[in-house]
Order: sequence, then structure tokens, then C-alpha cells
Amino acid sequence: MELGTVYIILACAFGFFMAWGIGANDVANAMGTSVGSRALTIRQAVVVAAVFEFAGAFLAGGQVTETIRKGMVDASLLAGTPELLVYGMLASLLAAGIWLLVASYFGWPVSTTHSIVGAIVGFAAVGIGMEAVNWGKVGTIVMSWVVSPLLAGAIAYGLFMSVQRLIIDTDEPFRNAKRFVPGYIFLTGFVIALVTLLKGLKHLGLELSTLACYLLALLVGLGIAAVSQVFIRRIQMDPEADRDFHFANVEKVFAVLMMVTACAMAFAHGSNDVANAVGPIAAVVSIVESGGVVSQKSPMAVWILILGGVGIVVGLMTYGHKVIATVGSNITELTPSRGFAATLAAAATVVVASGTGLPISTTHTLVGAVLGVGMARGIAALNMRVIRTIFMSWVVTLPAGAFLAILFYFILKGLFYSV
Amino acid sequence: MSNYLYRMFGSSPVRPLQQHMAKALDCVAQLVPFFEAVIAADEEGMRRIQEKIVALEHEADALKKELRLHLPKGVFLPVSRRDLLDLLTVQDELANKAKDIAGLTLGRRMTIPEPLAARFLEYVRRSVDASLQARKAIDEFDELLETGFRGNEVRLVKKLIKTLNKIENDTDVLQVALRAALFEIEKDLYPVDVMFLYKIIEWVGDVADLAQRVGSRLQLMLAK
Repeated sequence: MELGTVYIILACAFGFFMAWGIGANDVANAMGTSVGSRALTIRQAVVVAAVFEFAGAFLAGGQVTETIRKGMVDASLLAGTPELLVYGMLASLLAAGIWLLVASYFGWPVSTTHSIVGAIVGFAAVGIGMEAVNWGKVGTIVMSWVVSPLLAGAIAYGLFMSVQRLIIDTDEPFRNAKRFVPGYIFLTGFVIALVTLLKGLKHLGLELSTLACYLLALLVGLGIAAVSQVFIRRIQMDPEADRDFHFANVEKVFAVLMMVTACAMAFAHGSNDVANAVGPIAAVVSIVESGGVVSQKSPMAVWILILGGVGIVVGLMTYGHKVIATVGSNITELTPSRGFAATLAAAATVVVASGTGLPISTTHTLVGAVLGVGMARGIAALNMRVIRTIFMSWVVTLPAGAFLAILFYFILKGLFYSV
Repeated sequence: MSNYLYRMFGSSPVRPLQQHMAKALDCVAQLVPFFEAVIAADEEGMRRIQEKIVALEHEADALKKELRLHLPKGVFLPVSRRDLLDLLTVQDELANKAKDIAGLTLGRRMTIPEPLAARFLEYVRRSVDASLQARKAIDEFDELLETGFRGNEVRLVKKLIKTLNKIENDTDVLQVALRAALFEIEKDLYPVDVMFLYKIIEWVGDVADLAQRVGSRLQLMLAK
């Protein structure tokens, strides 16, 4: 493969561009809820997002990257012409990146995940042949797009109800908040750590026994809970703050919880969305490095995940902080007690999906979670038209991604391929 | 990739609803100094306060319109959209009623007969009390939202509404007594004035009725 280096450079450039786009626009949805509920300032949100997005991509992003890299296309059909897969993956990256750019320019609710999946399925079905698409896997992915918002909504509903029962609707909400919030923090740390340890770390060459995973997750959960306990202890009852709104002090305790779930959300987002951008790079790199052999077995290079993580952080630093500010200032109706329920539900759902290698849309999951809280009569006003727009974005994004990918595939093939 | 997440959050109707109720109460509360001026035959004071009531009523109207614009179709609320708009309408009628009372009293240059004066003022004050109690209940709306409309907070609001009903009942008793007292002296007064005095007594009673209806609308939201 004489043009191998060129392919890798192109893949890295397109992938970095897409990761940049995710950092610039998509992270705002993950962090906006925490800024909106005043749990974090913009500056803190940017730092938290940078650290945890990167950690999520690096530690837990491997599974989804694998799925994008080789789960959807049956590469054995291309044993003689591995270049075609390289063109396809490059075309998919370019298609998804450009589609996202167009969509965000017009403000359409488009998911990175849907774009890249649509693109890969499109080029494979048209460029190679219908039989090249692993329809079983693609079907599972599409199902997960339906299930993930529903699941997140149900979890958010349950979390919200439990908060009402244990804390808010009691005689001493402030005392009970101080008592139970560390429990929720433990739960957050435990779930995220457990899923990451059980499912995510294979690509780093870390093989832990199940028992060790549980023990380690337990330790992580307890550690985070202990640290937040220090902050929670410091919160003093301020009767003046409760004069107008009786739950102002309780919400201050929830703000600590919201901060922890914001980290979890950034982590989850990194694990799922960065993988979308770097999956195709991983595919190209592994084909080129194995000298044109289309291998389903070669391990993935860790530096690719790091590249994606860096791309997100750069996007966040250059442009993303502005978008977080806009989103944050527009969702002030979300109090920390609601924000945490929605964010934790979404983060848990996304991390579990990432662990099982399913690329799902973080934002759609978050929307599902917010609706769950709304169903529990927790939010003052929700625009239900958003649901319609999300449905529309499905109908439009999949064919759009596919069409662009097919187009770029044939262009790249025309440019590079010579028989 | 776009920020449609924030588009999901509509603007909360809670704060505007509370502001509207506060404005309606401001309007109604002016009836006490207004009738004090009527009894003192302070024409200048009457005019000044009536103008103030009209201005406050306009402000309430503006708040009402703003809230209605914030609730387009397809907004998902923790309470039924219809109940919320009904509540707003009743609150608005409260302000309107205060304006009508002051307008009619001033327009017909009415006076309150000396033997009725003390009792009449007590009656007006009790009606204003009912509105104040209704406002207290509406002020709990944000706490109701925080608790997801259940539990202790619901019990608290129900208690406030119970007290409101009691106050309204007081105004009914006062109204009966006031009418009886007016009946005793009506043959000594100019008949058309008496007719309108009965009307004003009825309208002041309506203020308490409307306040009670604010409470019952709120109760309707708790029932679900």
C-alpha cells in the first residue's frame, strides 16, 4: 500500500476535525445542564469537561471504537481490495464531519452518532454491496437509539421519585439532603467506575477479574463520596436564603451532587462520542499497518483514542466554551435536584451502552432523561416540539450521512484507485 | 451537535403567575385606603387612589398577556395548561373587580352612610384579607414544583386554602349584616344611591369570592 501514509494523515485530519466539532458543539449539551443549574461556573465546566471527556475517551471509548471500526462492515468481502475500505472510512469521516458542520450552522438537532453510522452503512451498502453490511449489528444499534432515551427517562423518573421520597418531601429536607446526597454520589462513582472497569479497559491491556472490578469500583465510589462529604459538611443552613424559596439550602447540597454527575456525564460523552470520530481512523490505521490485510483481529492503537480526546479538548477551548455559556444561560429552570437526576440517568445509560459497544446519541439520551423528570411533574415547562425535531433529525441524518459518504467514496476511489 | 437541548426548556410560568397575583393583590389592597378616603369625603384622595388602581390593573393585564404568550401549544407542564390559564383568568378578574368598584364609587360620587361606615370598612378589609390569603397560597407554587406536587407541601397549601375559605365565609356573614343594616336606613336615603350601594356591597363580596376561586383552582391542580 504505497499511499499508506497519506491515508493515515488524511484519516487523522478528518477524524481530528470531527472530534473538534464534537468538542465545539456537542459537549455543550453534556455540560449545559450543570451550568444552567448553577452547579458549575463556565470556567469550571470547561475544565471538568476537558479532563473527563478525555478520560472517558481514553478509558472507556475502546468498545464503541471497535464497533465503528469493524462491527458494521463485513471486511472479508474486501480481502483483495483493502483500499476500498480505507476510502469508505475516509469518506464516512468526511461525510459525517461536513454534515455536522452544515447542521450546526442551521441549528438542526443532529447526532454525531447517527451521522457516522449512516455514513458507514451508506458507503458499505452502495459502494461495496448490500451483503457487506452487518445488518444484525446495525439493527441492534438502531434499536439502542430507541431504547436509550426510554431507559434514561425511566431511570431519571425513578431517581427523581426517590429524591422526593427520601429528601424533599420530609420534615427535615436539609438534614436528609446532607444524609442521603453522599449516597447518590457513591452510586454515581460506583456505576461509572464499574462499567468502565468491566467493559472498557480491554484495549489498555488491563485484565481484571470480575471481583477485582467490583472491589475497585466500590473503592472509587467510596472515595468520591468521602471527598464530597467534606464539601457537603461545609454547607451551613442559611435561613435568609430560604425566605423566598424554602428549598434554597437543600438545593445547595444538591449542587455538590450535580457537580459529580456533571463529571460522569462528560466521561460518558467522551466514551461514546469520541469513539465515533476515531473509529474510522482506527480502521484506516489498522489496514495500513497490517500492509493491506483486512484484519478483524488486530488490536487498536491507543494513541488514536488520545488523538480524539485531544481533538475534543481543542474544540472545547477554541469554541465550545461559548456554546456552553449559551446553553447554560438558557436552562436556568433546571435546579440541581432535577439536573442531577437527568444527568445521572443519561450518564449511566450512555456508559452502559459504551461498555457494550453500542454507539448511541448522548444528547438524545439526555433529552429522554429530562422528559423522565418532566413526567414526574418536576420541570416547569418543556417544549414538546423538540421531540418532533429529534424524530425529524433521525429521518434526515441517516440518508444525508449515507448520501454524502457514497459521494465522497466514489470521489476518493476515482482519485486514488488504479487497477 | 446543535443546542436543541436548551430549546427543550420553556420559560417557567410559575414566577409570572406569582407576579401577576402579587399585582392583583396590590390592586385589591388599594380598596382599603380608597374607602377610607370615601368615608372621610376626601375627593382628592379618592381620585388619586382610583388612578393608582387603574394603573395597577393595567400592569396586571400586561403580565397576563406575557404569561399567555409564554405558554404556546405543545408546552408540557406539571399542571394542566387549562387549569393554569383558568387560574390566571380568575386572578385577573380580581384586579378588574377592584377597578370596577373604585370606578363606580368615584363616578357616582358615592358616600357611605355614617352608621354603616365602620362595618363597611371591616367588610372591605376582610375581602382584602381573602385576596392576601390567596396570594400566600399562590406563593407556594414554586415550592409545590420543587416537591413534585405531593407530600407535606401539598398539605401546607391545602391548609392555606382552608383558611382562605374561612375568611371568605366571614365576608359572607359581614355582607348579610351590612345589608340588613342598610335595609334599616334605606328609606331615609336617595333610592338610586341605595341601589348602587347594594351593588358595591355585592362587588366587594365578589372580591372575596374571586380570591376563594383562586384557591379552588389551585386545589384542582393538587388533586391530580
